[in-house]
Formats: sequence, structure tokens, C-alpha cells
Amino acid sequence: MLALIEGLVQAAVLSLTALGLSLVFGVMRVVNVAHGEFFMLGAVIAWWVATLVGTNPALGFIAALIAAPIIAGLIAVITDWLVLKRINYDPEATIVATIGLLYILQQSVLMTFGPDARPVEAPFNTRLAIPWIENTDAGWALYWPWGLSTTSYKLFVIVAAIALLSLIWYIMSRTKLGLILRATQLDSETALAFGIPVERVYALVFGIGAALAAVAAVLIVPIQQAHYLMGADPLLLSFIVVIIGGLGSLRGTVIAALIIGMSDGIISVFFTPTLAKIMATLLVAMVLVYRPQGLFGTRRV
Amino acid sequence: MLKLSGINAGYGKNQVLFELDLSVDKGEVLCVMGRNGAGKTTAMKTIMGLIQPNSGQVEFEKRKISKLAPHTIPKLGIGYIPQGRRLFSELTVAENIEIGLMTRKKGKATRDKVLDMFPRLGERLKQRADTLSGGEQQQLATARALCLEPSVLLLDEPTEGLQPSMTALIRETVLTLKGEGVGIILVEQREDAVRAVADRVAFIENGRNAATHTIEELTEDPSPFRKHVGI
Repeated sequence: MLALIEGLVQAAVLSLTALGLSLVFGVMRVVNVAHGEFFMLGAVIAWWVATLVGTNPALGFIAALIAAPIIAGLIAVITDWLVLKRINYDPEATIVATIGLLYILQQSVLMTFGPDARPVEAPFNTRLAIPWIENTDAGWALYWPWGLSTTSYKLFVIVAAIALLSLIWYIMSRTKLGLILRATQLDSETALAFGIPVERVYALVFGIGAALAAVAAVLIVPIQQAHYLMGADPLLLSFIVVIIGGLGSLRGTVIAALIIGMSDGIISVFFTPTLAKIMATLLVAMVLVYRPQGLFGTRRV
Repeated sequence: MLKLSGINAGYGKNQVLFELDLSVDKGEVLCVMGRNGAGKTTAMKTIMGLIQPNSGQVEFEKRKISKLAPHTIPKLGIGYIPQGRRLFSELTVAENIEIGLMTRKKGKATRDKVLDMFPRLGERLKQRADTLSGGEQQQLATARALCLEPSVLLLDEPTEGLQPSMTALIRETVLTLKGEGVGIILVEQREDAVRAVADRVAFIENGRNAATHTIEELTEDPSPFRKHVGI
């Protein structure tokens, strides 16, 4: 049960981060190597905003939840306009460009924020004991073993991620904006021929992708501390999730994030975290060999 | 109404069009013929702004449009049915039509009118575009472009790979639109399809104007068909 909740928290944060990466690749065909840095930016901005707001952790957290994705998103939009647009979204050039962006963001944060890991206080953090069943002399009985507990905040992270994922799903499948995004993803040239301002769509998508990573980071930062090197893990895991789930597939991304997050949580609790990483990497290899388009991806020519 | 003059264009260093001139008037059907690789599709893409000409002008209703942002060109009222249809394959019929309607903010009246022309699509609104038959896909590509209520329509090889009944439907649609005063540029390889609808035929060879004839001239002397297209 504990492993389950830990796994779900992992999966929740991972699915948001990976969805950002998947959206950017799906619509723009840009492999954003700097995606993890937008995650890191989100966490650092969350710390900064929470410190600015000061005493009340709940207020600081809410401010961070609003400010971090907006700031990270704006930085992404500016990057799109300054860099990606000028190299014509060329698939290879954008990889090099986003590697550059990765170091620029990382080192700027190191210079301003410093090398220390900084905690952000959770807005609420009640300990919730988890009941267990025990066969006593008097028959089956519920009891609350010592040490088996989670916090209300972790449950909140799971709920918040589900809400955000539902929102994105709703936008993608039920609104005009979603229709425009999907059409651009399928055929950007024809989209242009039907009046869709593809360059603006790209800027928006790159911004949304970064904002999703930032939101995920704000959610996790009361559990994991903000640090300038924290972007590497989410980047790697997002790639794993996106490869398994199929690029550009929302459903696949969420399911793959669940598989990776849960197995990570469960295997880490019962065995070792290293085994969890080995399993994830093995799964990626299997998927690449047997279903290169991902579990839920569609084959494209 | 729509006029290309002295267009030089291509893909990167690979120039495809050389000093190309084309024009079409209100209610006129201009057919563009030429062998594969002659530059017909490139010419259509240049009109739509998908390829920026290195030199030369595209004018629409006396306005120079070749420097406009590509996504603003369809909003002027230029409808485009690309070669190979280029539907948004994973979107439904209804969504493909919705994209067409959004281009010039047309509403239900246009939608009903277009679906009246192609009743088959009305029965398949919830179906994904890539599950339609070839003929239905061509109808959808046409319907999507007509959702703009265009004053000029570009059709790039609409009958390619279609059975005769579908070609007949496309022909009828072209003639109806012509009657409504729409200027039409039709890229076509088949002589019979051209004869049925064309007012003028422009022959292109290696990206250059080879000859332009009225359909009357061609009825009298069909030799240009053989000379420039090789049929």
C-alpha cells in the first residue's frame, strides 16, 4: 500500500513531465533535450516564489503553482522565437540547440540560485496512518502499524495530476485549440494552407510543454528538494515513458508513466532502486525491438 | 483575378520554376498540364505561400500576396485541394470540415451547403478520415476546401487514382463552382478530364511555360496534348 502510493506519486509527476515532452515532439517534431531543465526551473522558481511570499506555506505554494509554469512557459516561448524558429525546426539542429539550452539554463541557475538543494514547505502535510489487516486471536482485525503512513500532501499530488491530465485531455479532444494542435501535428503544411498560424502554434506548444514540466516540479518540490542538477532524472524517465507510450499519444504517456512510476515505487520498496531502473531500461529495449512506435503510438511513414 | 508573373521558385538550391506565368479569371477554369516533375505542384504551393518564390509576383485581386505570411493566404479566399488529398488522417470527417470552416470563420450555413453537395460525408461525420474510401477522401478534401467559400480554388490532380464515377462527380463540382463565378486552377494529367471542363490549358515543361491554348484551339488541333504531355 505504501509502495503503491509512492509509485502513484512518481507516476503522477512523471506523467505530467512526460506529457510535456510528448506534446512538443508530437506537434513540433522537436526532441527537447532541455525538457528536464524546465522541470528544474519549475522547482527553483517554486522555491524562489515561496521564499518571497514568506511565512504562510500554503500561500507560497499556491503562488508558486501559478508563477512557475507561467515563467517557465514564457522562457520556452522566447527560446522558440529566438532559437528554434530561426533554425526552421530542423530535427537535428533542434537537438543541438536544446542541448545548448540545457547548459544555459543549468548554469544560469547555478550562478543565481547556487549549488545547494533547497526545500519548499508543503502547504499541508498531515500524517495519515494506513491501516493493515492482522489475524489476531480474535479473528481478522484492522490495526495501524508503526511507520506505515503517508501524508495528505502526497495524496494531493496524485489528485492534482489527475485533474491536470483531465484538463489537457479535455483541451486536446474537445476544444478548437485542441483541434488546431492535432491538425498541426498531423500535417503542418496543410494546416498552413487552412489558415492555421503554425509558428504561433509551435511557440504555444513549446510553452505548454515547459509549463507542464514546471507544474510537475512544483508538485514534487515539497517532497524532493530543488536543486540545479535535478533535471536529469525526469528527462531520462520522460524519454523512457514517451518511448514506451508512443510519441504524441496522451493515453500511452499516462499509462506508461503509471507502469514506470508504479514499478519504480514498488520495486524500490521491496528490492532496490537500481533494480527498478534496470527493469525500466529493459522495458524500453523490449518496446523498441517489438513495437518501435510505442504501445499506443501510430505508425507513421 | 489570380495572376502569377515571372515566378522563379524551388526547394533550397534546387530551382523548379523558371519565369512562370499563369492567370485565372472569375468563373474560368484554367487547366495546368505537364509531365511528372514539370513543376505543377510547386506552382500551386507557391500560390499558397508554402514555397516562397525567389523572384516574381503572385497577385490576387490586384494585391501582391507572395510576401504575406502563408497562413493568411487562404483567409483571402483561396481554397486548396492538395495532391494526394492531404487530409488530417487521424481526425474525423466532421473535424476535417471544422478546420475548413475555421479558416474564414464560416458557420453552419456553409457547412450545410457543403454537406448537401457531398451527402456521403454527412453519413460518415464521426468516422476517421483515413478509414474512408479513396473517392470519399477526395470528396472530403474538396468539401474541406469549399468550407472557405473560396473565390479561387486550386485542385492538384483530384482525379488521380479514382474510379470513373468519382471523376464524374469531381467534374460536376468543378462546373458548378465555375457557374458560381469561382476561378479554378486544375492540375490534371488526363486529356479527357481536361477537355470536359477547361476554358484554357497551360502546358508546363521543366518549370517553364511551354504553351497556352484555349479549349477551342485544342479541339481544332489537339497536337499540343501529345507534344507537351506525351499522351
